[in-house]
Amino acid sequence: MESYALLTFFLTAVVLVGGAIIFSHFVAPHIPGIVKSEPYECGIPTEGPTWIQFHVGYYLFAIIYLIFDVETVFIYPWAVVMREIGLTAFFEILIFFTVLGLGLLYAWKKKALIWE
Amino acid sequence: MYDFTPMIDSITGYLNGVFTPFWAGLISMVMLGVVLLTVYAVLGLYLVFAERKICARMQNRLGPNRVGPFGLFQTIADLIKLLLKELIFIKNADNFLFNIAPFIVIIASIMAIGSIPFAKGLQAIDLNIGVLYILAISSMGVIGILIAGWASNSKYSVIGAMRSGAQVISYELSVGLALLCIIVYAGSMQFSEIIASQEDGWWIFKGHIPAFIAFVIYLIAGTAETNRGPFDLAEAESELTAGFHTEYSGIKFAFFFLAEYMNMFVIAAIATTLFLGGWLPFHLFQWAGFNHVMDYIPPVFWFFAKTAFVIYLMMWFKWTFPRLRIDQLLALEWKYLLPINLINLILISFLTLMQWHF
Repeated sequence: MESYALLTFFLTAVVLVGGAIIFSHFVAPHIPGIVKSEPYECGIPTEGPTWIQFHVGYYLFAIIYLIFDVETVFIYPWAVVMREIGLTAFFEILIFFTVLGLGLLYAWKKKALIWE
Repeated sequence: MYDFTPMIDSITGYLNGVFTPFWAGLISMVMLGVVLLTVYAVLGLYLVFAERKICARMQNRLGPNRVGPFGLFQTIADLIKLLLKELIFIKNADNFLFNIAPFIVIIASIMAIGSIPFAKGLQAIDLNIGVLYILAISSMGVIGILIAGWASNSKYSVIGAMRSGAQVISYELSVGLALLCIIVYAGSMQFSEIIASQEDGWWIFKGHIPAFIAFVIYLIAGTAETNRGPFDLAEAESELTAGFHTEYSGIKFAFFFLAEYMNMFVIAAIATTLFLGGWLPFHLFQWAGFNHVMDYIPPVFWFFAKTAFVIYLMMWFKWTFPRLRIDQLLALEWKYLLPINLINLILISFLTLMQWHF
């Protein structure tokens, strides 16, 4: 039943968006123009390509995020059984967080967290 | 306590008695879809209306008050207007990705809203990994935003999408860690079990100060995740016109708008479920008379009242705080929220270990 419910959510979303766009195609006017299809840049003619190599700062943050997010995923199973296991789990997470904190401190010292 | 499980069971039982299993399943799927669509549309339209009214009040204006009583039908009129507007195709844009982006954004928000418990038994799907599922699904929305910005072939859109990507993935960590605090307390990721663990008090009250810190961090990170409020760098209208959806027109634009509001609802609903006791009524210690009066108010009302409270807080942030710069935004997450969150989680696991929560 659960997988059917998930499928229903997916189909509902597709029907909602698809139906509205198709309906809009029938009722909305369609008058193409050269100026109208220009990318909007406050009235000035657009210059140069848009799809360029982007600022490296975003890449750095994405890499740090990846490390921390994977480690967060490891914490989820721990969080569910923390209450049952008790003291062992507590010391294990202390060690885990020490390593994680050292990683964050390293990134901080290397000035990876400063936006330039 | 009102329980919707018998109602759902009797509908399923009736369908199974009249039709073959295949048709019964199909009809219940269609019914679920229709209900979901109705809830989604009504919530979306009235959240937009509420935001306009509240923002108007905060700026000493009246807000929409012409269409219908108190302007209640204003957003419906807006929807009809947007449906009748031309869908403009952009020169040199990546047409396939340009069209697929609104689908991804809406799919992410509808799939997230499906697993929210509105009342006992009134939940389309009660996964045993509910919290993880909602986090995973609602973070898919950022893919739609990145695709929308990239495919539009407009510089404003690309900058908006990149900023949005950096912001959403950064704050995702804080959202996850703040929710982990409650998972440690409750010992489960299933929404029904988390709510059941709060019958003798909501986690924000019985979880001591760490639970309150987690709630505040969750609110900040959640506001940032929906690209709202003081964190709306992705669509900073004074510098990027409209950010990632600059090039979208008509109903496609409306979907981005709708998804933003529904994501806000999902964030508020998760806050309600994990911190504020979901659909459970407010109980005051052992004061039986007061508790009985509170029990008479239906759980659906409690759920929506708490969610509305959290949504109001988020709107309040948006209309009273100035917008952050991108370096301030990333410093707030990586240098303040993340270390505080890690220490907070250790504190909470210590409290759980010592059984010091109530």
